[in-house]
Amino acid sequence: MSAPAVVLRDVRFRYRSGPEILDIPELTIARGERVFLFGPSGSGKTTLLGLLAGVLAGYTGSVEVLGQDMAKLRGSARDAFRGTHIGYIFQQFNLIPYLTVRENITLPGRLQPARGKQAGDVNAVAQRLGIASLLERGVTELSVGQQQRVAAARALLGGPELLIADEPTSALDFDHRERFLELLFENCALANATLLFVSHDRSLAGKFDRQLSLVDFNRAQRQEPAA
Amino acid sequence: MIVLLSLAWKSLRNRLLTTSLTVLSIGLSMALLLGVENVRVGARESFANTISQTDLIVGARGGSLQLLLYSVFRIGQATNNISYESYQHWKNHPAVAWTIPYSLGDSHRGFRVVGTTEDFYQHLRFRRDRRLEFAAGRSPQGVFDVVLGSDVAAALNYKLGDKIVISHGVAAGRGIADNDHADKPFTVSGILKKTATPVDRSLYIQLEGISAVHIDWADGAPPMPGEEVPASKIAKENMKVEQITSFLLRCKTRIATLQLQREINTYREEAMQAIIPGVTLQELWRTIGYAEDALQVVTLFVILVGLLGMLVSLYTSLNERRREMAILRVIGAGPGKIIALLVLESGLLALAGCLLGVVMIYGLSFIFQPIVEQQFGLYVPVQPPTPAGWLYLGAVLLAGILIGFVPAWKAYRNTLADGLSIRV
Repeated sequence: MSAPAVVLRDVRFRYRSGPEILDIPELTIARGERVFLFGPSGSGKTTLLGLLAGVLAGYTGSVEVLGQDMAKLRGSARDAFRGTHIGYIFQQFNLIPYLTVRENITLPGRLQPARGKQAGDVNAVAQRLGIASLLERGVTELSVGQQQRVAAARALLGGPELLIADEPTSALDFDHRERFLELLFENCALANATLLFVSHDRSLAGKFDRQLSLVDFNRAQRQEPAA
Repeated sequence: MIVLLSLAWKSLRNRLLTTSLTVLSIGLSMALLLGVENVRVGARESFANTISQTDLIVGARGGSLQLLLYSVFRIGQATNNISYESYQHWKNHPAVAWTIPYSLGDSHRGFRVVGTTEDFYQHLRFRRDRRLEFAAGRSPQGVFDVVLGSDVAAALNYKLGDKIVISHGVAAGRGIADNDHADKPFTVSGILKKTATPVDRSLYIQLEGISAVHIDWADGAPPMPGEEVPASKIAKENMKVEQITSFLLRCKTRIATLQLQREINTYREEAMQAIIPGVTLQELWRTIGYAEDALQVVTLFVILVGLLGMLVSLYTSLNERRREMAILRVIGAGPGKIIALLVLESGLLALAGCLLGVVMIYGLSFIFQPIVEQQFGLYVPVQPPTPAGWLYLGAVLLAGILIGFVPAWKAYRNTLADGLSIRV
């Protein structure tokens, strides 16, 4: 029985001397779960993702990702851990503009040898996401929907255990949104990856195993006096 | 590292316009630096090549630099002459292989007239072992024959058989009418091929010719009316050479040079000095070293401006590239790799600039070498960079890499501050 995908205990975080952004007594996400995280702008969603991805440091409490205490990893080890075990999809502009689709998808594996070793077949991933015909194109020629699928392919290739998607569908129209989500679910299931999906669009929430409202478990936001 | 190198390369290629402008500016300044270096070396070689196989230059006692300048480069004037007897003494010295006497002091329309002997045409060497050749005609056979350097013939448009008048003194431009040796015209008997040395800018007559034009002069003044000696009454056999200005000397063995130099310098009969051309040239370089240094400093600043241009272009590109840096971070590139990427980019720019500079200077020297040689008598070699040139190339490359750390540091700070939230 492997450790849960995410375990947070008594985590508090603030930027420099700014107000407290996060104060989370407890949060656990099991392996293989598909979690929908929502909350209004400024509720600390992106900050939380930064902690999970190991990009932000300087918090108190404990953050464990895939059984790894993030506080125990320093500098380049944290970057390597993220590069190897976590896939990440931004809201938009996910791709390096001067690389082709194929080069974008394979870049994480080339930067992190450990991920490169387990990288599967690029063509297969591209096939499943419906971008096989675009592989040799420059990314600037793609539509937003195509770009997000390329980003998903990059996040999924090499079988990361945790996939973090930060409002990946907000730039897509309804039809594309539905299709993108289906593809994401299919591929997460295939790769046996845990999915943490962040959005303020509650209409998508029903498709997930669990819905988390950040405002509910982040005490820092509740303490803010209502304006 | 290979991954980063290919990323850096593709990123630069993506910004083709700024990249090529940056490379061009570094390349141009590099070419300028190498060009100045080549001209400097070329000037030195040109000077050194003006005279070859001459072990000693001998003249009246005075400044050694002055002796070199008026004997070899036809710059400045001698203050004293030496007697023909002394010249004969050293000419017949057992250690001496050959001598070339020069008698200076007259001119023709701004070009100097040199009295010399057949030895000049036989023994003078320049650019290691090249000897004088005639484009037309032959060496002076009579007292009133004159041979022209190629620049003189070209500038004054003279041809064989033309009659010319030489003037007393070496003031530039036309001689003062009173000082003209108008009663004793010379006939062009030969024109030398181009040598790209000061030889091209002089006229050559026999030593006896110099005596002939001055035969009726007294104490440096023209003859009084009625005392003129007409040219028709002058024959070579009657002309007595009494003094010359200086002479070039070749020893039979190089070892004898220093011994002979000492002998000449301590000659009891007449106050003379002998100089070794190479040694005195070194003195000359030391004298004009300041001007060279100043030029060098200017070109270094040009390089600096080129490198600063690169810094500015890399630095300003960073704002557009914040998104790119965040992407790289999120897929596992640590700050070290971000820094390496930017340092590689500036290193590649500097490398490309250096290569372009070398290519340009090769091309330019190849194209302009003949023109520069024609116009300025300066032979600039087309050659790989000199040791100093390599040093400059290495220094610019290193500077390019070091400068890369400035935008790299900025990018690193950006990624820390941005985290995963990127302003678009």
